[in-house]
Amino acid sequence: MNFLLYPLTMVTFFPLLGVLVLLFLKPEQKNAARWTALITSLITFGISIAVLAQFDRTNPDLQLVINLPWIQVAGWNIAFHMGVDGLSILLVLLTTFLTPISILSTWTAVEDRVKDFMLFFLLLEVGMVGVFVSLDLFLFYIFWEFTLVPMYFLIGIWGGPNRMYAAIKFFLYTMAGSILMLLAVLWLGIQGGTFSVPELVAQDNIPANLQTWLFLAFAAAFAIKVPMWPLHSWLPDAHVEAPTAGSVILAGVLLKMGTYGFLRFNLPLFPQAAVQLAPLMGVLAVIGIIYGAAVSYAQQDVKKLVAYSSVSHLGFVMLGLFALNPQGIQGGILQMINHGLSTGALFLIVGMIYERRHTRDMDAFGGLWKIMPVYGALTLIVTLSSMGLPGLNGFVGEFTILLGAWEAGQVGGPFGSYWYAGLAAIGVILAAVYMLYMFQKVFLGPVDKDENRSLKDLNWREIVTLAPLLVFIFWIGLYPRPFFELMAPSVDKLVQILQTAALAIR
Amino acid sequence: MLPVGYYIALSAILFTLGALGVLIRRNSIVIFMSIELMLNAGNLAFVAFARAYQSLSGQIFVFFIMAVAAAEVAVGLALIVAIFQTKRSIDVDQLNTMQG
Amino acid sequence: MIFSEVTSAGAQFFQWVPLILAFPLAGLLINMFFGGRLPEKVIGIVGSSAVVLTFVVAVLQAISLVGHPEGAVVPLADWIHIGELHLRWAIQVDTLSVTMMLVVSGVGSLIHIYAIGYMHEDVRHNGDPGRYQRFFVFFNLFILAMMVLVSADNYLMLFVGWEGVGLCSYLLIGFWYDKGEGGIGNAMAAKKAFVTNRVGDFGFLLAAFTMFGAFRSFEFESVFRQAPEVAAIIPSAIMFITLFMLLGVTGKSAQLPLFVWLPDAMAGPTPVSALIHAATMVTAGVYLVARSYPLYSLVPEAQFWVTMVGALTALFSATIAVGQFDIKKVLAYSTISQLGFMVAAVGMGATVAGMFHLVTHAFFKALLFLSAGSVILGLEQGHHHVEHDPVLRKKAKNLHHFDPQDMRNMGGLRTRMPITFWVFTIGGLALAGIFPLAGFWSKDEILLEANHLYSWAYIILSIAAFFTAFYVGRQLLMVFFGEPRTEPAAHAKESPPVMTVPLMILAGLSALGGLLNLPGIHTFGHWLEHTLEAATHGEAAEVAAEVGAEAAQAGALGFDLGIAAISTALAVVALGLAWYLYDRRYKQMLDIPPAKRPDDPLRSILGPVFTGMERKWWVDELYWAVLLNPYIALSKFLAQVIDWRFWHDWFHDVVIAGGFKWITRLTAVRIDLGGIDAIANGLATVTQGLAQQMRRLQTGYVRNYALSVFVGVVIILGYLILR
Repeated sequence: MNFLLYPLTMVTFFPLLGVLVLLFLKPEQKNAARWTALITSLITFGISIAVLAQFDRTNPDLQLVINLPWIQVAGWNIAFHMGVDGLSILLVLLTTFLTPISILSTWTAVEDRVKDFMLFFLLLEVGMVGVFVSLDLFLFYIFWEFTLVPMYFLIGIWGGPNRMYAAIKFFLYTMAGSILMLLAVLWLGIQGGTFSVPELVAQDNIPANLQTWLFLAFAAAFAIKVPMWPLHSWLPDAHVEAPTAGSVILAGVLLKMGTYGFLRFNLPLFPQAAVQLAPLMGVLAVIGIIYGAAVSYAQQDVKKLVAYSSVSHLGFVMLGLFALNPQGIQGGILQMINHGLSTGALFLIVGMIYERRHTRDMDAFGGLWKIMPVYGALTLIVTLSSMGLPGLNGFVGEFTILLGAWEAGQVGGPFGSYWYAGLAAIGVILAAVYMLYMFQKVFLGPVDKDENRSLKDLNWREIVTLAPLLVFIFWIGLYPRPFFELMAPSVDKLVQILQTAALAIR
Repeated sequence: MLPVGYYIALSAILFTLGALGVLIRRNSIVIFMSIELMLNAGNLAFVAFARAYQSLSGQIFVFFIMAVAAAEVAVGLALIVAIFQTKRSIDVDQLNTMQG
Repeated sequence: MIFSEVTSAGAQFFQWVPLILAFPLAGLLINMFFGGRLPEKVIGIVGSSAVVLTFVVAVLQAISLVGHPEGAVVPLADWIHIGELHLRWAIQVDTLSVTMMLVVSGVGSLIHIYAIGYMHEDVRHNGDPGRYQRFFVFFNLFILAMMVLVSADNYLMLFVGWEGVGLCSYLLIGFWYDKGEGGIGNAMAAKKAFVTNRVGDFGFLLAAFTMFGAFRSFEFESVFRQAPEVAAIIPSAIMFITLFMLLGVTGKSAQLPLFVWLPDAMAGPTPVSALIHAATMVTAGVYLVARSYPLYSLVPEAQFWVTMVGALTALFSATIAVGQFDIKKVLAYSTISQLGFMVAAVGMGATVAGMFHLVTHAFFKALLFLSAGSVILGLEQGHHHVEHDPVLRKKAKNLHHFDPQDMRNMGGLRTRMPITFWVFTIGGLALAGIFPLAGFWSKDEILLEANHLYSWAYIILSIAAFFTAFYVGRQLLMVFFGEPRTEPAAHAKESPPVMTVPLMILAGLSALGGLLNLPGIHTFGHWLEHTLEAATHGEAAEVAAEVGAEAAQAGALGFDLGIAAISTALAVVALGLAWYLYDRRYKQMLDIPPAKRPDDPLRSILGPVFTGMERKWWVDELYWAVLLNPYIALSKFLAQVIDWRFWHDWFHDVVIAGGFKWITRLTAVRIDLGGIDAIANGLATVTQGLAQQMRRLQTGYVRNYALSVFVGVVIILGYLILR
């Protein structure tokens, strides 16, 4: 039992305590279930803050490490190995931060089988945090697959009319990619004699051509999760059908598991392959940015618009990561957080209007700012953050990413051409086009639908749900230094590895 | 002090009586009593050998057997009561639903 | 006494400069959170005093600068710090930035005060008094963003303000977001402004990236210091920086080819047009080029392009202004044209002339817009009066579709709104460049420099100046002279003092603004020299000297009587022509029956050319055809056909999912049922047969089982014993 007292195991497994309590509740005790889940997730968030307090931001290495032997048969060395560093700490915090917010957003939206909903939600949190703190490939794989199950049920039971299709598609699509990753995981673990990521990184003895194959096998799983163009087809279905809280977590955290996977595994484990394949990933990212933006613009369903905008935003993240320089990678990590905050908030906002009107068709709205002034103002801020207005969080991420990509475009850089950053910057224009189009369709213009006249503005619970996100939207936009400081040493270390690899190739 | 052979002989007789009782009688309570007889025959043999060889393990075994016997009686009697409630009989030949 | 103390201890006022951000921020926060509970007056006073206080701080900075012309940099906080990338929030106080601060907060204060009165009427006229609060929140936000823009000590912070003012522009153009053409017109105009500006910002971003690549820094000081060295090693870098930046300038300062948003931006309330879309925000591009003078001075090609863009814009939009009937649209195109003058000036290196024109233009264009607002308000009140008077109501036609901004509905307001008439006339003549008003001096200086540096630009700008004077005359005559052409115009009323007093102050400034930089004295030139020379110190100055010695010695040119005479003569001829057409011909036109009467004397003379002017030379239509419609079609095609029908429905659902189902059916029916099942069934039959035989053993009698157990035991024991 001693191992449960480590900070990281606490933050990972604490939600299970809430699950235990929920099991003893009767299905009719809806409010008790809600409060249990909310309090559990809030305590988990508290624990993660304690983890942050113990985290040494000047140390580039993994910290708060737990490394216990776990499964050791037939030469397999599987360990219960957890730890955080600058690459993952923010994502752990994002997860524990978004979970209570999502739970709060379901207060009146979920009335059916509340207890089960909360149960799955807390299980999902366990899986997500586990993904971000695992350092053993095997343990990581278990958490990675584990997140699929609660999400499958969240979409499949509480989703929209076409939920079974979406849930199964989500499950199979992500599963298909994971299989390739499993093969690569097994190969690495058996060949290297350990499943521990830091040890494998230290070994650094995978031949270049093999690195490419392993890179692609891992990339298959992660690229689907991100999702990178053209593997994004599951995303609109899953988002449109998922309940609001599910969409928030899906966009806010689950997609980040893909980009985080690239960061934690692909870049340090296969640095030479990363350098060689950077142009390919860069091209896919740029296509994703422009394609996602263009497709968003043509959507009628607000939720679908936001879903496609994720393809565009995550394209920015991938572009930053594969710029392979400090600006790009730090910008990429920050953009993961930004996207979690802004798109999470956008999904909450869509959910709020859906709860009132039971439609998400943009044509059904118009002039809402007049009827719901608070809602309009908050949406405007989130919209602006999402399209990267300077002074808000989106800009800091996008600018640093683009700057990193531009630097990577120098002769001899990973991209080798300024076109990557130049074309990606067009995405900034297009983001304004589709975001303002959405805002105009829903909030501006005259109120010409009678159903909209009697809509109520946000209540206190809804404002409290959105307010923490807005605080961070402004904070990161105006003073992102603490966030960059958290990740800088670890990113520098990663960049060192990549630069050595780049030299080795030449 | 009697030689150990006598005790063993008595134990063998008791065991045979028990075994025959189990095989022949149809009343399940009697079958039960016969089983007890067999167990206690075993006990007698254990005690006798324990004494003969000056070893405590035989005696400890007896305690285990007595505990098992007690448990068995409790479960067995409960079963018999349950069977009686459904079948209105404790004749084991009535219980042939397992016939293939 | 006090003044002398202030100047001697002046430098310490630099530490107060963060207040120029704090005051507008405080004003907007107070109005945002408590405005709902405050009466209108208090909201207006809070909003205005925030700006007035900002102005006071800016004046203190100017006083400090007199004693310490080198200025200061006041750091506020670190912003982004990654590897080599160091960005901070810091305020640059030098003569250039303080000039902008004074203009923004000074003109801003007057317009805020004016807006107290104007918005009081406007929110009632538009039927939503609740938005009074919102207006002042947005207005203060604009001042805040503009201050960030002009006070930045690095390009990125400048960009924050740059997009921030764009946001305020968006919010304020769309202030009446439920009004306009089809109810959505204003919102569309707002979006158009923002997106067009984003295209420019795209250029700005690329300039920033190139700059970081070349200089590893965004700070003005560091960039300008390294500029000559970098120019010697990689000249193309500076070329790209300046040209990308030019794209940003064309967006923000509404130059060719991105000027299209500004006319539509007139959908905003009039104080917004005056402050944001005439006096301050749109001049940000001019400020940027002036600020980046050390870079532009190194690349003559870039200077050529900037000058060309500015000069062509000046002429192009001046021709459009001639064909407009909306009182604010005329002024909007005039603004674009005047911005063209400024951009051309700073482009050719005549920074002082450009900045001088920026300042005087802020005075007289704000004045013109505000008096236009006063005219509109007067007409609206006249309209209101007519609507509620049963006798007049019968006489008037088309009351429901009455457009209070259409100059064809005006006329004869000279006697009805005398103050407005006089201030408008002063502003108009200043714009036309009539001696001795402010516009005369600043425009003359630009023409002088142009004649010296780029003679083709001089010719273009002179023609533009001719058109300027012409449309000014046309507007004055159509609005204020002759007889009222509609009932509302006949019953228009003068505006309240809260509006006319700022107008009179601005009129004073427009009349006397020329004193700032009189030929021979060059107060303003010497004032700015501190900044310009500091930025191009050392080698930079030498390089710049090679490029254009006169240009580096900013504003050193004297006064050329010939050029002044030519431009004045052009202006007078143009005004005379306007008088002939819009006074004489207009009166003659009254003889023609209304059905056949042309709405403008020029229409019958110029025919299709006039239609071209009226329709803005079809630039909007061109953009729709070339850019917008293709993009919309492309995005629909990508979304519906490629992404949904092909990729989602066909590839995933038909090919992958359908293919999988086909394989499962194949395996289920042929292989599974036909093959594996058959084997399994066979096995099962055999087992069943055996079991039939075996079941006889199962008697069900306990004693049988016990016996068999017993026998088994005996056999095993027997085996063990006998073995």
